[in-house]
Amino acid sequence: MSMQLEQSPTTGDEVISNYTINFGPQHPAAHGVLRMVMELDGEIIERIDPHIGLLHRGTEKLIEHKTYLQALPYFDRLDYCSPLCQEHSYVLAIEKLLNVEVPIRAQYLRVLFAELTRISNHMLNIGAHVMDVGAMTPNLWVFELREDCMNFFERASGARMHSAWFRPGGVHQDVPLKLLTDIGDWVDKRLPELFGDAMSLVVDNRIFKQRNVDIAIVSKEDAIRWGFSGPMIRAAGIPWDLRKSQPYDVYDRMDFEIPVGTNSDCYDRFMVRVEEVKQSARIIKQCLAEMPEGPIASEDRKVSPPKRGEMKQSMEALIHHFKLYTEGFHVPAGEVYVATESPKGEFGVYLVSDGSNKPYRCKIRPTAFSHLQAMDFMSKGHMLPDATAILGAIDVVFGECDR
Amino acid sequence: MAVLHSAPKITSNAGVKDALSAAMGTMLVSAHEEHGEILFTVKRESIEDALRLLRDSYDYQQLMEIAGVDYPGRNDRFEVVYMLLSLTKNHRVMVKVSTNEATPVPTVTTLWPNAGWLEREVFDMYGVLFSGNTDLRRILTDYGFEGHPFRKDFPLTGYSELRYSEEEKRVVYEPVELAQDLRQFDFMSPWEGADYVLPGDEKADTPPVDEPKTTESPKQTGAGAKTDAKAAEKVSADAPAEKGSAVKGAGAPEPTETRKSRAARKGKTADTKAATEPAKAKAAKPKAAKQKAASTKTVKPKAAKAKAAKPKATKPKPAKGDEA
Repeated sequence: MSMQLEQSPTTGDEVISNYTINFGPQHPAAHGVLRMVMELDGEIIERIDPHIGLLHRGTEKLIEHKTYLQALPYFDRLDYCSPLCQEHSYVLAIEKLLNVEVPIRAQYLRVLFAELTRISNHMLNIGAHVMDVGAMTPNLWVFELREDCMNFFERASGARMHSAWFRPGGVHQDVPLKLLTDIGDWVDKRLPELFGDAMSLVVDNRIFKQRNVDIAIVSKEDAIRWGFSGPMIRAAGIPWDLRKSQPYDVYDRMDFEIPVGTNSDCYDRFMVRVEEVKQSARIIKQCLAEMPEGPIASEDRKVSPPKRGEMKQSMEALIHHFKLYTEGFHVPAGEVYVATESPKGEFGVYLVSDGSNKPYRCKIRPTAFSHLQAMDFMSKGHMLPDATAILGAIDVVFGECDR
Repeated sequence: MAVLHSAPKITSNAGVKDALSAAMGTMLVSAHEEHGEILFTVKRESIEDALRLLRDSYDYQQLMEIAGVDYPGRNDRFEVVYMLLSLTKNHRVMVKVSTNEATPVPTVTTLWPNAGWLEREVFDMYGVLFSGNTDLRRILTDYGFEGHPFRKDFPLTGYSELRYSEEEKRVVYEPVELAQDLRQFDFMSPWEGADYVLPGDEKADTPPVDEPKTTESPKQTGAGAKTDAKAAEKVSADAPAEKGSAVKGAGAPEPTETRKSRAARKGKTADTKAATEPAKAKAAKPKAAKQKAASTKTVKPKAAKAKAAKPKATKPKPAKGDEA
């Protein structure tokens, strides 16, 4: 038998046809359950068809069958990386329909904890993003900070993740003074130290830049046309932040800056988040310094329940409590769309009330929907491994995207 | 109405409704402003033109959301609501059209590329068709799902469930079978317009009988000697409570083992009265009692307490009389 030389597959003028691969639904870089059908030409992405809905739980339908207060905890479970920011949109939508006044301390507490949530969300995203492109250590470090945030949430509400702490008319319970001082110490010392250390490993890292700079550049026009929001639109160079332009609660009293990107690539999106963490820390410090004493929930007993101690003394308080936790409050008929700046972008709630104690319709505007839809045009022409970087920079969580 | 809430503040709505209504002209069905939100209802066939006008001439650059709503009572049961955002004017408006199962709504993917998925979602959840959308597939529900789950007539539990079958080694779909009733709590007050009958209330509406039963004379009550005799009849042979029926020796059962009985207590029982009622005795004359006990140690504290308690027992009566 004569010797046969192995033929190299690239010799000759063979035509390699496009082939299709499945990315996910179980892929560690898919950030949950995302299935992407990718059409590849060699290692170049030709087309992406994201298949979402694998985590669809029918939250909006469930909300229609619950009273307004019972529906609140569903919002923690949408974007489980930033629970309190989801609640924020929902309680503001109810308050807008009811036109109820929220005490100033409650507004400060909400802003304080929304910013803590923002930090904790960005810690997860920054960590996951750098891990998607190959770095291990920073993720472990920033998770320390995320754990600290979780502990703060637990001390305020009793739950680490699913707090259900923002309520229509205020917040559920006041926080102890020691918690506020601990948050102050944490923002002053631990956060800048640990976060600075972790970022010093990443932001100027050669490998990290090779994987992110000039990946998925989106023009300003495209960012607007595709309905981008949050860090995605800011990285495109548009200084658009709902906290600044459409302030809610006490954001109009806060002094902070909006970081914007210059190149609109994955690296800019990452750096916008890094800077946002620092701005959030600024807001937290201002909240701690300015927060007044006072009630933490509306005094309107038709909306927010009385204190436990009051119920032991007053028959009327007992009746109010019973009515609120069985029948719930009635919301005037009408429809509102309220959007707040969640860490991932514009998180909106379109609430239709028919005047009863249950929402007639509650449409949730997820941030990831528009961003993920743009995945196709953002990754066209990039290499297959870039898809993970793009996905990491979108900051997608499927609890929220699929609802 | 004064704005009390702290929801996001946008640029003032003043004049916007009238200006945009005039601009949309015949495309408009109605314009509405409530709760600080401006809502335009436009004709279904001109939704694309209306949104193009708002985008190009009135700077509503972004389409943030398309929401479907189902009103089963209406002829055109579905509403499709478009939320527009102006980045330059910092303002939001909502535009809606209504449609039914059969009539398609013109697509707006020609204006905003992100409308594609948003329309797919409305189609998936409500079955609203969008003419011109080239990619109107289901998006959130399962592959091969049937029906449109967010319609009001679609049950909350759905129609089918899936599980992993150990026998067939694959995921199987089955009709929904609930282990317990679906708990639907309705806490609406019965006197505030709940439209259901409370359990037991249906008895209140029973039709009147021809001859109502009355008890006007003692005869009609059925009481009397005959009834008493009937009641006194012995039903069982030996009712346990009756005298003489008890069997001799019946009582505590015999012990099953023999054990020495416990030795009798030797100590005296202590008087615990002082322990249970100390407050009265002490409160009466604490200073005097203390001083006495301190100065003359021979006097037993018990005696001191008894002395101190005495005046208290006698005093209150005249005091009360004075007050009266």
